[in-house]
Amino acid sequence: MNLFKFADIRRGKDSSDRVGQFMLGSYIILFLLFLVLPLGALISKSLENKDGEFIGFANYSLYLQEPALFQSLYNSLFVAIISTIIVVVLAFLFAYAITRTCMPFKGFFKLVALIPLLSPSILAAIALVYWFGNQGVLKEMLLGKSIYGPIGIIMASVYWTFPHALIILTTSLSLSDSRLYEAAEVLKTSKLRAFFTITIPGARYGIISTAFVIFTQVFTDFGVPKVIGGNYNVLATDIYKEVVGMQNFQMGAVISMVLLVPAMIAFFIDRYSRKKQISLLTSRSVVFKPKKHFKVDMIMLSFCSVLALIIILMIGMAQYGAIVKFWPYNLNLTLKNYNFEVAGLGWDSFYNSVQLAFYTAIFGTIIIFVGSYLIEKLRINEGTRNIVQFFALMPMAVPGLVLGLAYIFFFNAKDNPLNFIYATMIILVVNTIVHFYTVSHLTTITALKQMDKEFESVSLSLKIPIYKMFWRVTLPVCLPPIFDVSIYLFVNAMTTVSGVIFLYSYDTTLASVSAIHLDEQGEVAKAAAMAMLIVYVSVAVRLTHTIITKKVLRKTQAWRYNILDTK
Amino acid sequence: MVYLEVKNLSKFFGTFQAIKDIDIEINEGEFVCFLGPSGCGKTTLLRCIAGLETQSSGSIIQKQKDISIEPPSNRDFGIVFQSYALFPNLSVFSNISYGLINNKWKKDDIKKRVNELLELVNLQEHTSKYPSQLSGGEQQRVALARALAISPGLLLLDEPLSALDAKVRVFLRKQIRDLQRKLGVTTIMVTHDQEEAQTMADRIFVMKDGEIIQSGTPNEIYNKANSPFIASFIGSMNFIPASIDDSKKVRCNNIEINCDVGSYSANDNVQLAIRPEEIQFQQENQDDNVVPGVIKEIEFLGSFQRVYFETKNFSDELIIVDVPSSNAKKIKMDINNEMSLYFSKEDARIYSI
Repeated sequence: MNLFKFADIRRGKDSSDRVGQFMLGSYIILFLLFLVLPLGALISKSLENKDGEFIGFANYSLYLQEPALFQSLYNSLFVAIISTIIVVVLAFLFAYAITRTCMPFKGFFKLVALIPLLSPSILAAIALVYWFGNQGVLKEMLLGKSIYGPIGIIMASVYWTFPHALIILTTSLSLSDSRLYEAAEVLKTSKLRAFFTITIPGARYGIISTAFVIFTQVFTDFGVPKVIGGNYNVLATDIYKEVVGMQNFQMGAVISMVLLVPAMIAFFIDRYSRKKQISLLTSRSVVFKPKKHFKVDMIMLSFCSVLALIIILMIGMAQYGAIVKFWPYNLNLTLKNYNFEVAGLGWDSFYNSVQLAFYTAIFGTIIIFVGSYLIEKLRINEGTRNIVQFFALMPMAVPGLVLGLAYIFFFNAKDNPLNFIYATMIILVVNTIVHFYTVSHLTTITALKQMDKEFESVSLSLKIPIYKMFWRVTLPVCLPPIFDVSIYLFVNAMTTVSGVIFLYSYDTTLASVSAIHLDEQGEVAKAAAMAMLIVYVSVAVRLTHTIITKKVLRKTQAWRYNILDTK
Repeated sequence: MVYLEVKNLSKFFGTFQAIKDIDIEINEGEFVCFLGPSGCGKTTLLRCIAGLETQSSGSIIQKQKDISIEPPSNRDFGIVFQSYALFPNLSVFSNISYGLINNKWKKDDIKKRVNELLELVNLQEHTSKYPSQLSGGEQQRVALARALAISPGLLLLDEPLSALDAKVRVFLRKQIRDLQRKLGVTTIMVTHDQEEAQTMADRIFVMKDGEIIQSGTPNEIYNKANSPFIASFIGSMNFIPASIDDSKKVRCNNIEINCDVGSYSANDNVQLAIRPEEIQFQQENQDDNVVPGVIKEIEFLGSFQRVYFETKNFSDELIIVDVPSSNAKKIKMDINNEMSLYFSKEDARIYSI
């Protein structure tokens, strides 16, 4: 008699099971080394004094007694909340125009709206300096207020977070059952009432999710407040000042925890609302197709045109500033701003960035895809798989700045055998992969979930080892999302600031970080040039991606296109 | 010869027991069906046999070899799923040859084998198409060919026809059955469709709540259902509350029914069960039971007509009578006609409540 009545008997394992188990174990170890233990080091640092002795929450009470630091928390919340409100409203209208109206040039607007994704967040701040700074073109429009402060932070934050909000809201608004609107129309419901009783509730979770994502992004962003914040302190810049300026690591750790908690809360609310979103549309729903409505279409066209124009003017100004000889006195064009030798930098940081982006894209994609495959398709070790899944979701809740600081504490410790990766390209790559793990992981998980869960069963019955099936079926079928993930990782590795600001060394300076330092030294034109270099690479990679999708994928994905050809 | 034996098999999901101590024996070359409503554990049982689920206790013996703890890759079976599970990026040819390639077949042999299989399922002209270019029925035939390619000793079919249109379903039923006879492969099919089970299986295992509540040939199950659940699940059935009177006769309200009371004793409350197609509007035998009443409604269902019949002093609910359309022409059936029902002693069964 089986004593443990509810437990299954131990099944024998075949070679794929054993390999899978081994790999799953490796993922646990990797996550412990590169995520959990560093965060643990950060927490313990916040409970220590300068000599490394445990002092409980003394640092925290010190923090609470410091009005200047407390002011930063208030400032962070203020700019994050205001930016979130503005972005959600603008992005909602924009997404509505794209999904629910017959506005012309939708393709163009979608493309323009995604431009901010290609640049580091500081590019927006630099452009704003050119427009509204002390020598800005439109300085008067601010009515004597300075762009250096909350106004600048909010404007730049709105610019760079806009596409993130737009992507979530477009998805959310396109999940709509046209039958609901037909039912409303048959019941003689006014368009306005239908909007408030069907459209808004339908997009409710999308809106909530957007709000929390944007809040977290602005709340934890470092680049923008650094460049355009002036004397307006926020948490992210405080951490930087404590750590880099005053070498007060303990206080840096404490502020990191203050930054981490709201980000965690936002993360869990976001996860919760996303789960709700899925159940709204059933397979029997009929996808909504907008009808022509001249007045609405024209209003939306003008609205989107204004936003598109602003986006173009922002990036256009950054580019213009990068090639102007001496703003605003000598507006002749020149390429000398791209010569960074003068500032003692050279192009090394740019090459480093490209290198970082390549490594992150290649290794990150492999690690993330294999990891999500193990979680989704392995039949054994359910408990372990759940732990790995939890670890994979964690990075999203951890701001880049916090993760970077945690890495210092953990890897710079003398007795850590992994100390050798400190101040190398390796630590930058690892940090960037971990930092952007979650979004990529969710993309590949979704793709894997869409595959028939019985493929593996069939393979087993045909005595084909799972890894062969992985090569022949899983990988080819998942190529499009895999390309998406690699692009996502590449562009983010190019543009990220907050994750790597603490981790670069003399030999591994990065373009985005250099742009900040150039700006700090008053070399705004060179900063703009450096930021634009990142944009060029991002654009080039995106274009290559499009071409690959068209040419290469057409071959490997012939079965996909055949559906369209025959039916 | 017994090919597959399941002994004392149980499976828990958490504290929920999906399979309760099941024992079955399946003979070589037999086609059996696990039949039951959704959630009865039939798919779980099939997956345990395949090794895709691990049982909590009990053993499985295939060809005298205990395979209870073997991983699926060490067991000898082919499987077909409701969702077809064809690899979307591989052509029909590559799908079918998928299992052959690994087993070190020569190229020419593979080609020959695939063509043989394509012929078997009548899909010769679709070799180079992708699954998405085929209809559901065609896809399921490819899946069948793929499962049979490595000549498994045991073929497992998990609701293979449930996703298909009614017409295709009927056609494939026969094709699968013919194929199975021809190859003589031992086959287990899981289905919730009693008609499917009846037309295809040599033997049916009816399952409910994780247990096998009856097994037998389709004929036995239909005619000698051992519980009201099976009687109503397989075909349709009129149930009429009844009791046994002191003289060991069955009584429905005021009407005495002539039928075999079996082991029931006086004053037992029971139910009388009669299939709609076993009730006539014309008397055939002297000792037929007679119940007078009125036609309330007639549904035209093509080959037969379903009559809803109101009785007095017999049943509170309407009695369903299926009249073959050819017969219906001879009888004048109109709503509100007063008529009498006849059914023989042999066709009336008694179940406890």
